[in-house]
Amino acid sequence: MAEQAKASGPLPVVPFLRIPAEGAPYLEARCCGKCGAIFLGERENCSKCGARGELEPKRLANEGTLYVYSIVHRSFPGIETPYVSCIVDLEGGGTVKGNLIGIEPDPAKIRMGMPVRTVFKVAPRKDAEGNEYLTYYFEPR
Amino acid sequence: MSDVYILGVDMIKFGRFPEQTVPQLGAKAALLALDDAGLRIQDMEALYCGNLYQASGMVGQRILQEIGQTGIPVVNVANACATGATAFREAWMAIKAGAYDLVLAVGVEQMGKGLLGGGGAGKKGIPTEGLLGSGTMPTVFAEAGMEHARKYGTTFEQFAKVSVKNHHHSTLNPKAMYQIETPLETVMNAEMISYPNTKLMCSVNVDGSAAAVLCSEKKARELGMKRAVRVKASVMTSDPYTERDLVMPDVNTCTRRAAAKAYEMAGISPQDLDLVELHDCFATAEILHYENLGLCAEGEAGRAIDEGWTALGGRSPVNLSGGLLSKGHPLGATGIANLYEVATHLRGEAGKRQAPDARFGLTHVIGLGSACAIHVLERV
Repeated sequence: MAEQAKASGPLPVVPFLRIPAEGAPYLEARCCGKCGAIFLGERENCSKCGARGELEPKRLANEGTLYVYSIVHRSFPGIETPYVSCIVDLEGGGTVKGNLIGIEPDPAKIRMGMPVRTVFKVAPRKDAEGNEYLTYYFEPR
Repeated sequence: MSDVYILGVDMIKFGRFPEQTVPQLGAKAALLALDDAGLRIQDMEALYCGNLYQASGMVGQRILQEIGQTGIPVVNVANACATGATAFREAWMAIKAGAYDLVLAVGVEQMGKGLLGGGGAGKKGIPTEGLLGSGTMPTVFAEAGMEHARKYGTTFEQFAKVSVKNHHHSTLNPKAMYQIETPLETVMNAEMISYPNTKLMCSVNVDGSAAAVLCSEKKARELGMKRAVRVKASVMTSDPYTERDLVMPDVNTCTRRAAAKAYEMAGISPQDLDLVELHDCFATAEILHYENLGLCAEGEAGRAIDEGWTALGGRSPVNLSGGLLSKGHPLGATGIANLYEVATHLRGEAGKRQAPDARFGLTHVIGLGSACAIHVLERV
């Protein structure tokens, strides 16, 4: 029965990760038509200027720079550590949180401001029904 | 408009009391504060009770069931780590509005051990903790600290020195959870939780309660002002829109706005403060708030900790109680416990950790999400 519940491909890990029928996956934000503020996820109104119903989808760039990070050594049971939690500013606007991969979890190696790119991979976790999820990571470029 | 005064204020020694109920813990602080004011529960006209983890549990009413069901209005408030300060501020506002002359404010919390924050799975999907970064509190505040490091080159060692200082202060505070010196190498070599926050740079999850009796100026004059403390400013802000706030909580802007308003309301500048109890939920956070509260110039917070400006005996002593890092952080009680600390100094009753001849003190809390509350107290 569980097999029947499975989707044909991986599901997006968060709603703002878009998986088009054709072409590469990407992150999508909402951009305020009045003030240009950028938000992740669905919303109707702008919390910067208060505009209603002016938010339009905006495809976020895959290139950005590392704003800040932390190296996480203690997390919840079952979560593998250490890993690098980071905040990335994307080119053309939009700030996203994620894991930084492809670099040693060492403060001597990680440089704030370094160029990074978004990469998409199947997550190493499945849900209770066995569905696979597509997630995003950041890596140095 | 007339001022509001603290007539009585106290806290229990913070610790771990799993055998007690939340209302029992709250009742203890309530009675201590009433005794400190020389008043009885029958004298109180309203109760504002702050508690986070049993926010739907009518904790204020259950405290009255422990100490006296007088039938007064009770308001239960929850506002993350600003919960206790919010209860106090609501009590202040009710008196300011002329509704009452004597009001009790209680903050209480019973905590488990372990990490706070972080995401489990939503209704659908998979947990994102450790997949899309980390939402644990040590990480969120580590990232906030790294923003300061990025701007000003603040080092792991400088962040660690905050913990050394606050743990030292609490060796002089018998009501703190810990009275243990933690030298710099001990702090830096403690288990790394989220770089640059080691375990000793994270606030302690403890059980605790604190309470205050607030009173109108008219009533204070009637009852005697000898140990009264004046509330010079009470300010609250939420997080305004800033560029990264929804991805990376911005605890700076709401603090800066609250501080500016509080100094204006109190008619003082940061240099007039004799002590500050600020929200050191993590060592990284304390560094940010030196600048947010105007205790030093922009970019000078690292130097402030290096040169002991914020230590006992320094020009701007911060967290003489030991702070959340060493006194402990029972979320709903914290905001009133730091008012107790400042009031104790203004009364000249802080013993070995006394800020000399203290006239003005400031308390600051941040509830992530976010709520910032600042109070300025003045010696009478």
